Amino acid sequence: MITMKRVRKTYPNGVQALNGMNIHIDKGEFVYVVGPSGAGKTTFIKLMIRELKPSEGLIQINGNNLGDLSDKQIPYLRRKIGVVFQDFKLFTKLSVYENIAFALEVIEEDPEQIKTKVMDVLEIVGLKSKARFNTSELSGGEKQRIAIARAIVNQPAILIADEPTGNLDPETAWSIMGTLEEINNRGTTIVMATHNSHIVNTLKKRVIAIENGKVVRDEVGGSYGYQA
Amino acid sequence: MAIKRKTLTRHGREGFKNIRRNGWMSFASMSAVAIMLFVVGAFAFLIVNTNHLIDTIENDVEIRAFFEHDVDASEQESVLEEVESHDSVENVVYRDRDEGLDVFMESMGSDGEVFENLREENPLNDALIIQATDPQMTAAVAEEVNAQSAIESVEYGESILGQLFTVTNYVRILGGALVIGLIFTSVFLISNTIKLTILSRKDEIQIMKLVGATNSFVRFPFFIEGALIGLIGAIIPIAGLTVGYSYLYSFMYDQVPFFTFVEPNPMIWQISGLLLLVSILVGIFGSQMSVRKFLKV
Repeated sequence: MITMKRVRKTYPNGVQALNGMNIHIDKGEFVYVVGPSGAGKTTFIKLMIRELKPSEGLIQINGNNLGDLSDKQIPYLRRKIGVVFQDFKLFTKLSVYENIAFALEVIEEDPEQIKTKVMDVLEIVGLKSKARFNTSELSGGEKQRIAIARAIVNQPAILIADEPTGNLDPETAWSIMGTLEEINNRGTTIVMATHNSHIVNTLKKRVIAIENGKVVRDEVGGSYGYQA
Repeated sequence: MAIKRKTLTRHGREGFKNIRRNGWMSFASMSAVAIMLFVVGAFAFLIVNTNHLIDTIENDVEIRAFFEHDVDASEQESVLEEVESHDSVENVVYRDRDEGLDVFMESMGSDGEVFENLREENPLNDALIIQATDPQMTAAVAEEVNAQSAIESVEYGESILGQLFTVTNYVRILGGALVIGLIFTSVFLISNTIKLTILSRKDEIQIMKLVGATNSFVRFPFFIEGALIGLIGAIIPIAGLTVGYSYLYSFMYDQVPFFTFVEPNPMIWQISGLLLLVSILVGIFGSQMSVRKFLKV
């Protein structure tokens, strides 16, 4: 499903974010990506949605080599990957409903279908009653749920979440994890970058640790392994 | 790839909604459009009327060609025919010496009556009053007519004519240059203001791209929005200029009879149409140029 081989990424300012990274993630897996700040987690995510191009190496998603994608093909890649950003990246002037509907409008979904799918996904994240709210009226946890709802409304095969529990209180963080677990149970592959040691150590999954742009540890049911 | 009709509807709707969502910024853009169009429009009216004034002055330029005293009627007739058939001659009127005296006396007002006793021994010549097709051809036509043996002399105010044309030509060139300069300035200012409204929506565009929107999907609503800003921004100055000019025209018509402005119809509609078109195009141009910068995500 996701394969990276000898991937290097050097930024124009000379910083080497990834330094020969090898990863393979199968369909339906739930993977934590951990590591100290600046280890390369965000670069790793940006490479998967082609927000960045690797300087070297091969990245394959669903058998497609991202290096071969033309600029015109990038939107179609992104529609197959749901992404939950740490800063939510919601449209601040739009309602909850409109934020989620946007991901369906992009794929030119039928207006009737949009309605049904948006309400379904709001049900999953438990915010059906707030469909008409403006996103600025929501709490951090609610915003995160909307971001998750938008990421999964297209039923992508892969959900990438960058620090989805960052800046959230423990209770909210756990309910977000519950939602992700549920999505994973429906067959969606989940890759989650996190600093939350409590979650990683409690809800045991495969853990990939990155340091200095390389995978230093990869174990199923592993622990966080860093000082929280 | 053809865009589906429902997607097109969606883009149109979003374009309208964006104007409302970005209320103050839309208002700022429309104001910029309105102010600049008002200035350009007012200036366009000024230039059109200046040209009209110049044309009026130039068209008053006429050649008076005086026949020799001893030329008979048939010879005068053949000269008249020859002048009439000249390519650069617009209009020829024959004025015999009696008419010439009438015109002269009239021009002197009540004092003119003292010349009535000249009627018997009229010293004036029979004449042709000639207008050239192009006023600037006057001198050339005058020279050719003067070459006729039946013609004693020609008058066309040669001393001031050269200066007049120099001045009118300069005014025309200057006016044209100012209009072009003004249009460029307003295109720049308007598209810059629109750029600012879109600059504030950089994040919005990035999110669209990250969620999987194609460039054209992002662009289309901005296209509609830009066109709408141009359209709405143009309405007030066009209405103001139309009403203002019509009023000014009838005021001048009543108060200053010797010089009339260019008739509002159809000139007003031509200028309004042009302003509207330019405004919409600049709106679209401004929005598309600024969106383009943020599409590389």
